[in-house]
Amino acid sequence: MSPTTAPAPPIGRNTAAMGVRATARVTAAARAGATVLPVLDGDGPFEFRRLRSRGTEARVCVVGAMSAPLGGDRLRIEATARQGASLHITSAAATLALRGPTAAHATYDVHLTVAEHAELRWLPKPLISAAGSNLRQTWTIDLAPTARLVLREEQVLGRMGEPPGHVATRLTVRRGGHVLLDQEADYGPGAPGWDTPAVLGHHRTTGQILLVDPDFDENPREPQVLTESPEDGQAVLTPLAGPATLITALAPDGLRLRHILNAAYSTSADGSNRARK
Amino acid sequence: MHLGHDLDEKFPHRHTYSAPATERPDGSRRALRIGLGGPVGSGKTATVAALCRALRTEVSIAVVTNDIYTREDADFLLREAVLPPERIKAVETGACPHTAIRDDISANLEAVEDLEEMSGSLDLILVESGGDNLTATFSKGLVDNQIFIIDVAGGDDIPRKGGPGVATADLLVVNKTDLAPYVGSDVDAMAHDARAQRGDLPVAFTSLKEEGGIKPVADWVRERLTDWSAGPA
Amino acid sequence: MNRAALLVLADGRFPAGGHAHSGGAEPAVAAGRIRDAESLENFCRGRLHTAGLVAAALAAAAAAGHDPLALDRAADARTPVAALRDTARKLGRQMMRAARATWPSAELDALATARPRGAHQPVVLGVAARSAGLEPLDAAYAAVYETVSGPATATVRLLSLDPFDATTVLARLVPELDRVAETATATARRVAEEGIDVLPAASAPLLDISAQQHATRPARLFAS
Repeated sequence: MSPTTAPAPPIGRNTAAMGVRATARVTAAARAGATVLPVLDGDGPFEFRRLRSRGTEARVCVVGAMSAPLGGDRLRIEATARQGASLHITSAAATLALRGPTAAHATYDVHLTVAEHAELRWLPKPLISAAGSNLRQTWTIDLAPTARLVLREEQVLGRMGEPPGHVATRLTVRRGGHVLLDQEADYGPGAPGWDTPAVLGHHRTTGQILLVDPDFDENPREPQVLTESPEDGQAVLTPLAGPATLITALAPDGLRLRHILNAAYSTSADGSNRARK
Repeated sequence: MHLGHDLDEKFPHRHTYSAPATERPDGSRRALRIGLGGPVGSGKTATVAALCRALRTEVSIAVVTNDIYTREDADFLLREAVLPPERIKAVETGACPHTAIRDDISANLEAVEDLEEMSGSLDLILVESGGDNLTATFSKGLVDNQIFIIDVAGGDDIPRKGGPGVATADLLVVNKTDLAPYVGSDVDAMAHDARAQRGDLPVAFTSLKEEGGIKPVADWVRERLTDWSAGPA
Repeated sequence: MNRAALLVLADGRFPAGGHAHSGGAEPAVAAGRIRDAESLENFCRGRLHTAGLVAAALAAAAAAGHDPLALDRAADARTPVAALRDTARKLGRQMMRAARATWPSAELDALATARPRGAHQPVVLGVAARSAGLEPLDAAYAAVYETVSGPATATVRLLSLDPFDATTVLARLVPELDRVAETATATARRVAEEGIDVLPAASAPLLDISAQQHATRPARLFAS
C-alpha cells in the first residue's frame, strides 16, 4: 500500500502497527445507602467519566480517548458491582470498529461481575463495524443468584452506504455458576450464512436487551411479539430458561433499532423504569 | 424373534404408548382408543361431538384432534362444550394428516399419553383424523378400532369404489342420510355396495341432525367398550 | 461399526414427529424470505451454520457419552426463545419414543425418566445414535441433515416447489454439511478436556424471532 493511500495514523496512537493493549476497570461498592466507586481506572481508549448519581445508583460514562478498536487491538473492560451496589454504565458515543493499519482482528472483551443483591446496567451506545474492520467481541458475565442485570447490545453492520466489516461475538451469562445464556454471532465477510433468510436477511442492525432478575423466578414474562413490519423491523420478547427475559430485535438501521428496543424496554421493564438512557 | 422377546421383557413396549400395549405403566388397563377418519366434510367432528354427548355420562372420555392447519376442530369441540378443555388435545400434522395417524404416529401417541396421565382413569379416547382422502387409515400402533365416515352428499359411488377406509374400517358410517333425496344419492345402493366391499363388517347409517341420530354408532362403541373391558389383560 | 443404522435414524420417515415441523421454513415463506429454490438454499445454509452446528455438536457430544442432562442444560442456554425450546423438547420426546422402541437402552431409559416432558431433540438424537451403535460423527450427520431436509421438505409442500429443485438444493449443500458435521464433532471431542462450554452457540436472530411469531399464528400448516 503506498503511503499516500495508507490510513491516517489514528488519533492518540503511537504504535499503530502493534495495536493497543488496554484494560480499564471500574468497581462499585455499597456504602451508607449509596454506591461509591473505589476503582475507576481508565486505560488506552477507555476513559471513565463520573456522572451524577441517581438514587443509590452510581453512574459512569465511558468516553473514547482514541479511535478504537482497530485491527490488532486487545481491549478489555472489567466492571464489578460488589454486594448491594448499583452501577450504571453508558458510553458517550458509538464504538466504531475500523480496519486500522493491519487486517488482523481486534478483540474487545467485556467482563461484568455482579455480586449478591447488586445491580449492574450496561447500556452503551451501538457498535458499528465499518467496512474492512475485523472484531471479536465477548461479554462474559458472572451473576450471583440474587444479582440483577440489564444489558443492551446493538450492532450496526457497516456505516451508511458501505458494506459491513466482520464481527464475531460471544455472550456468556453465568448465574450462580450455571450458564444461563450462551450466544455467538458471526456477521460480515467470511462469516458463513449470515446474510441469509435464516439469520439476518436484509437487516443490517441487530440488538438485544437482556434482563436478569430473581423476581422472574416467581413471575416469568410471557413470550410476546413486539413488532413485525418489514419497514420498521421486528422484535420479540422471550423468557429464558431461568429468571431472565431477552428482547431480540432486527431493524433496517440503527435509529429504528433503538426505537424498537426503547419501546420494548419501556413496555417490558419493571415499572421502576430502569435503564432509560 | 428370540431377541425381540428378550427386549420386550427388558424394555416393555408400553414406554411408547403404542396400542399393542394394553396396560398403563401402573399395570391398569388403558383406555380403549377408537380412530375416526374420512373425507373432509363428512361429519367426523360432528360425530365425535355427538358420541361425547351420548356416552359421557356412562364412561370417561377424551379426544385427540388432528387438524390440518388450524385448531378449528379442537376449538369446535371446546365451543360445543362436549368435554372439559383438559380432555381435548390438538395435534398438528404438517400438511399431511394421514402421516400423523399412520406413518409417524409419535405426536398422536404423545397426546394419548398426556391425556392418560392428566385425566387419571379414562375409559375411551377418540382420535379424530384431519379430513383426508379415501386411502387414509389409522395405524394399529395408534388405535384399537377405527370408524370410517363418509356421507351421502359426497357421492353415492364411494362405497362401490372401496379403498382401505371403506373396505376395512371396523365400522363404516354413512352420514347425512337426511340429505339423500336432495343430492340424488341412492342410500340402498350405497348399502349394497358397502356390503359387497366389506363382507360381514358393519355399516351404520346416520343423520346427526335427528334426535338420537348417533345411536347406531354409540351402540357400536358401547359394544367395543364391553369387549375391551373383558379382553385379556 | 453399525453404520447402516445412520440411514434408519436419518430417514425422513423415521417416526419421530419431524414431518409436522418446517424448521422455520413456514414463517420464512409467509414473510416472503423463501420464494424459490435459491432463497431456500440460502435459508438452509444459514440454518445449517447456526442452529445446525449447535445441534450437531450437542448430538455428537451426547453420542460420545457425555452427561445428557448437562448437555440438555447447555441446549437451554443456547436456545433463548421459548417457542424453540418448546419445539426442541417436543421433538425430543417424540424422538425418545421412537428410539426406545427401535434401539432400547438403559441410557435412553435414564434420560426419559429424568426428562419425562422431553429433553432437547439433539441430545436425544445423540443418545439414540449411541444406542444404535453409531459414532459421534454419525450423530452429527443426522443432526445437520435434518437441519436442512426439514425446511426443504416443508417448502415443497408450502410453495409447491418442484421436488427435484428442493433435492438439488440439498445436494448442493453436501460439502457444507460435511464441513459442519466435522467441525461439530471436532468441537464435541474437546468437551472431555475443556468442558461443555466449549460447544458452539451460534445464533440466528431471524430464526429466533420468526419462531416466536409463528407460535402465535392461529392458522398454520406446521407446528414450527
